[in-house]
Amino acid sequence: MTAVPQTRVVPRPTRSTVRSRGHLPGRRIAYVYVLPFFLVFAAFSIYPWVATAWVSLHDTRLSTYHQSSWIGLENYRNLFTNRFFWNAFRNTITIGIISTVPQLCMALGVAHLLNYRLRGRTFFRIALLMPYATSLAAATVIFAELFDPHLGLVNWSLHTLHLPTVDWQGSKWPSQIAVSTIVTWRWTGYNALIYLAGMQAIPSELYEAAAMDGASRWGQFRHVTLPGLRPTILFTIVVSTIGAAQLFGEPLLYHNGLPDGGTQNQYQTLGLLMYQQGWANDRLGLASATAWTMFLIIVLAVGVNLLLARRREHHVGGQARRTALLAGVPEVTSR
Amino acid sequence: MLRSTTRRRGAALLAVAALGAFVLAGCGDSGSSATSVDQADAGPCGTTADTTLTVGLFGTFGFKEAGLWDAYHKMCPNITIKEDVVEQSADYWTRLKTRLASGSGLDDVQAIEIGFVADVVQNHASQFVNWNSVPNAAADKAEFYPWKWQLASTSDGSTTVGLGTDIGPEAICYRSDLLKEAGLPSDPDTLAQKWSTWDDFIAFGKQYEASSSKPSGSHFVDSAASIFSTAVYQGDEAYANADGQPDVENSDGVKNAWSYASQAAEDGITAGLQQFTPAWNKAFSSGAFAVLACPTWMMGYIQGQAGDDYAGKWDIAPVLPGGATNWGGSWLGVPDKAAHKDAAIALVEWLSAKDQQVTMWKDGGHFPSNSDAAAAPAVSNAKSAYFSNAPVGMIFGDISSQMKIPPIGLYDTQIQQALTTQLTNVETKGTSPDDAFQAALDDIEQVTG
Repeated sequence: MTAVPQTRVVPRPTRSTVRSRGHLPGRRIAYVYVLPFFLVFAAFSIYPWVATAWVSLHDTRLSTYHQSSWIGLENYRNLFTNRFFWNAFRNTITIGIISTVPQLCMALGVAHLLNYRLRGRTFFRIALLMPYATSLAAATVIFAELFDPHLGLVNWSLHTLHLPTVDWQGSKWPSQIAVSTIVTWRWTGYNALIYLAGMQAIPSELYEAAAMDGASRWGQFRHVTLPGLRPTILFTIVVSTIGAAQLFGEPLLYHNGLPDGGTQNQYQTLGLLMYQQGWANDRLGLASATAWTMFLIIVLAVGVNLLLARRREHHVGGQARRTALLAGVPEVTSR
Repeated sequence: MLRSTTRRRGAALLAVAALGAFVLAGCGDSGSSATSVDQADAGPCGTTADTTLTVGLFGTFGFKEAGLWDAYHKMCPNITIKEDVVEQSADYWTRLKTRLASGSGLDDVQAIEIGFVADVVQNHASQFVNWNSVPNAAADKAEFYPWKWQLASTSDGSTTVGLGTDIGPEAICYRSDLLKEAGLPSDPDTLAQKWSTWDDFIAFGKQYEASSSKPSGSHFVDSAASIFSTAVYQGDEAYANADGQPDVENSDGVKNAWSYASQAAEDGITAGLQQFTPAWNKAFSSGAFAVLACPTWMMGYIQGQAGDDYAGKWDIAPVLPGGATNWGGSWLGVPDKAAHKDAAIALVEWLSAKDQQVTMWKDGGHFPSNSDAAAAPAVSNAKSAYFSNAPVGMIFGDISSQMKIPPIGLYDTQIQQALTTQLTNVETKGTSPDDAFQAALDDIEQVTG
């Protein structure tokens, strides 16, 4: 106790004295403390980036790594004139849409329901997170069994209901839907929890006010929840877009670990194509070109997302204020 | 307080420096390798020092399971063996390539599979011990089937990268109960006569499909791929020319195998299953197919998938339509940078010797590449209780002595994958064989560049 006033008496050294003495931790030491992170970042992010770009300009195979030769942009030209690339590009987009859109809509709905005071709410919240906690491999293997064209539960059910069975492995759209189902199953709960957290940050007064104004639950959802959740929704859209662009594990395991995405590449994504080029076909240069192209596509997609969202926010933000003035206030007075 | 700050700063700097050094060491090519300190006169174990040998393998070689590591440790008490196993051979090969490119992390012994031995010979021969220049070279070479030695050697024969472990002579495995149900002959010798050519084999398959008493949903052969990957090696060329360069369009093996396999697919005698998938695995007991091309190692696979309930229902016909050939097999090589080179050479020579290869056949079902071992009574008199007491030693020994081996090339594995995948489309999606072949050529072009 006695030491405390003593130290207080000591005048605080100015910045210049710290520097000149070099005794007390100053700002420069902070750089040393963060340096390990940047070294790791440099080793595992920047170096691979640059090295991948470098490799993408060479004809490189792992087996003859030291004999790789400079070929300029040839790998990129090869890629953009290559039907496998465009097929994978289209598949990535379609699977991305089939998996992301229903996933986020369902997550929003589920989160909205869980936001009410339900009996056993904690149980449902934990249950929601279970698919996310399940290993990707286990989930995909189970789904591959369910969707097995000959012995699977899905086709068995269709057959029992006297409906035509579907080739969930060999046909293009059914197989893409099956792969998307795995993604949706795994990520819906996770997104729902994020939405739920966002919803709980919305002040309950707004709901009470809306309820007093006679807004139905659907009305509350549309006019209170959705505007309040906008930043959260934007976040999940960006994260899902990146995830969809990099989709890899599900389509790989859905074809028993083969990176071809089905016998006719019907669900081969860009991530799978890259893996096939690099590791199955041993063409690291071409795979690196694919990697960089994917990176640019993702940056572009996220940029477009943000741009659209910002424009919409301005638009909707203005409109919301107007609606409040025009619709909300007169309503109260008219009653 | 002040002191501890400086100390912490010192520790942080040290950590940073250590990390930097670690990163550099990880990326750099470690130019200097540990030179072998073993003496030339160190005895049969290659060294008298206490040594742990690492052996890089894939899948299930079964040396340990057959008790060979324990036996070796008894003979050479100073040697302890540690396996470094990767499940899939493709992943193993990627890892081996990475290690060869960086020149570090190599095991003392590295297994080499037939799928990538051509790559090792063409691109990495200088990184492996040359078995033509070890002290026992002549004796080593004399042990093997000449083609087995040749596949692991450069075309001029001057450099050999590995000593053989097993080979995969092929016959036809079949479900005798299903053939009986279909009212067809089911004893191996009759079938051997009826299946001497692929045309006869396909004709027999049509009889099976036409039978009214066969189980519903059952087909004759598992896949068109089964026919294709067997017949392709019956040509003078398979996927590569004599220089080991990919040559699919001019290959007689590919042409004939494609025509047999696509005919079988169009005739509907195949079950349309992709080999080595869960659905295929289940079919060994479900009866979805009655026969398949069967290299020696497939016997163990069938037994594992079908289980004991099917013992005596499976049998082996002493024939391969179109002539004897091989599917699979491996070698053991010693990297030049191995930490314990002499001890590793001694171990590989011991594993390749007759007695050990006989053990591997008896306890692991791996057919010897050592021709003396193949002729040993313990091998040639072997019968398989599971396969209705088929004289498997005699069947596969006969086939081994008649085998024709075309040259192998850099991308055989990927090329075969592309062609058999497209055959699946002919079988299951009704793709025309010509379109499918064109698609396969496109796929292959993605590999060969």
